[in-house]
Amino acid sequence: MNLSAYLDGIGLIGPGLDSWLAARPILAGKAPYEFRPLVVAAPQSLPPAERRRTGVAIKVALAVAQEAVEKLDAKQLATVFTSSGADNDNCDAICKVLASDDRHISPTRFHNSVHNAPAGYWGIASGAMTPATVLCAHDGSFCAGLLEALTQVAVEGWGTLLIAYDMPYPEPLHAKRPLPAAFGIALALMPERSAHSLARIELSLVDTATDALADPALDALRLAIPAARGLPLLQCVARGEGGRVVLDYLEPLRLAVAVEPCP
Amino acid sequence: MLNSLWLSHFTATSAIGRGLEPTHDALRQQRGGLAPCAFETVTDLATHIGEVAAVDTVALPASLAEFDCRNNRLAFLGLQQDGFSDAVEAAIARHRRRRVGVLLGTSTSGILQTEQAYRRRDPGCLDSGGGALPDDFIYRTTHNTYSVADFVRSAFKLEGPAMVVSTACSSSAKVFAAAARMIAAGLIDAAVVGGVDSLCLTTLYGFNSLELLAPEPCRPYDVDRNGLSIGEAAAFILLERPAGSLDADAVLLLGAGESSDAHHMSSPHPEGLGAQMAMAAALKAAGLQPADIDYINLHGTATPSNDAAEGRAVAALFGGAVPCSSTKGATGHTLGAAGGLEAIISALALQRGFLPGGVNTRQLDPGIPIQYLTANQDIAPRRVLSNAFGFGGTNCSLVLGRAG
Repeated sequence: MNLSAYLDGIGLIGPGLDSWLAARPILAGKAPYEFRPLVVAAPQSLPPAERRRTGVAIKVALAVAQEAVEKLDAKQLATVFTSSGADNDNCDAICKVLASDDRHISPTRFHNSVHNAPAGYWGIASGAMTPATVLCAHDGSFCAGLLEALTQVAVEGWGTLLIAYDMPYPEPLHAKRPLPAAFGIALALMPERSAHSLARIELSLVDTATDALADPALDALRLAIPAARGLPLLQCVARGEGGRVVLDYLEPLRLAVAVEPCP
Repeated sequence: MLNSLWLSHFTATSAIGRGLEPTHDALRQQRGGLAPCAFETVTDLATHIGEVAAVDTVALPASLAEFDCRNNRLAFLGLQQDGFSDAVEAAIARHRRRRVGVLLGTSTSGILQTEQAYRRRDPGCLDSGGGALPDDFIYRTTHNTYSVADFVRSAFKLEGPAMVVSTACSSSAKVFAAAARMIAAGLIDAAVVGGVDSLCLTTLYGFNSLELLAPEPCRPYDVDRNGLSIGEAAAFILLERPAGSLDADAVLLLGAGESSDAHHMSSPHPEGLGAQMAMAAALKAAGLQPADIDYINLHGTATPSNDAAEGRAVAALFGGAVPCSSTKGATGHTLGAAGGLEAIISALALQRGFLPGGVNTRQLDPGIPIQYLTANQDIAPRRVLSNAFGFGGTNCSLVLGRAG
């Protein structure tokens, strides 16, 4: 079976990468990349009560999801969320409370501690009752998500929204797991070509060398943040020329993505 | 949808026993495994838990020492039961290391390791919020959500695709659906699926903060049910394409159905709409009608809202005729391992020919019009449905059946 899909929408957010729209010329090599601290707004699609409870992880995940589905019906899309760590600020806060004399943690802290919290908030924001799955494969999380999304498209015939995101841990966990910045990529992957299709992609498992990014600062992001391991794919789409990129997955496997632009 | 897959080997370790025989015996005798909570330093919660005995004494092989934490000890203990490790080695010999996937569910992985490490922070600079974690704390192989799949992949020196599904309490049901897709797509020929979730402070104090912990052993579908009992379990299943000829009692995955509530972070949809969609999707995938199902292993957490919503969903789809029960009164709610554990209990029901009655339930909720079993029945089911519904509204139902 060909593991292929049409890429009908992209969302991106990261330090110096404000959105897919803004970052496209940077990834295409037509504008310089500059590292800037990331600013991400609270998702307006959530009701105020839920919006108040969102931290960086949920904001990043929902921001890229929203950008990727701008021209699509989010209610019709299955979702695959993938993250190395989910809401890492919240995890630190809970561990600190549990190490203190008063172990009472708030209900909101506990809701947000589950790895699937962003999927729950996205369901509330989008109204989608479609299947949602939530994955982790440590540094291989991006490709684990891409593989799951493509099997959904190819085997089930679903349109699937992949949301890969990460955020830093505060200290003291940061010293053990140094993730330098929050980052998110969303890809809307469809079984059929449409007027919105940017490219057709096809996956295969390989063990050839991973592709790096030409810009050293961008490549440093790719290597430091699991969700950013997908940047070579976005660069290939941004250049509009097609080709094949190899992404880090789980040793000894890598994921080759053939990209064919849809003119 | 997908072709049926064979649960060629499986094993479960929970509060009711290590391995299939003690698990089966406990179910036949309707013996529960819940006891008053005295886990770790947790002495201030009036609740019962389903703790697996002697997890702390499990020693990992030296080559896997970096994975040492309660969750991976429980995983290792589970892998040693019922010849499961040998079955995986045999599958590797048949299919090769790259063609065997590892897809496991967990909600909290080895977070207990981090909870304990936070108590051992360097006291020198705690005021600034920092306070270094001890040198012996290893994040990747313990705390990280993926660590249990990494552990199993490393233990068998596998080189194929791997991942953890972490959708709270539906995690280890959803791995069946994901593995079936990977096999259908031709990426792998077999998969180690299931779930491992172990007791930790985050879930005990977290569910306590939601006022969802029952003070006594949980009573699913009881009119006076008042919350859940947390448990822990390791459930492993080797999933592969059916061999040429199967024994009549071989168990097959006939279909899986997934949905989302899109409703609330910790409360189910009141009408169980998402639950209905998941069950209907599982039946459709299996090519079956509601009348084809002989027993439903309910999610049945024993919280007032979960059982009411699930009961409505079951009644809407199946009417009141299908025997149902929740086995969480015996095992406790094993969270990310529940889907896998209850798929195995369903498989035992199919193989050994009985319907497990739920324990602890004294007076059934008259407002839930389903046929809830409080005693075992000597009826041999041919097809069963198992529900797993998660926090955050992620639902998954599985349909399992006998080969003959």
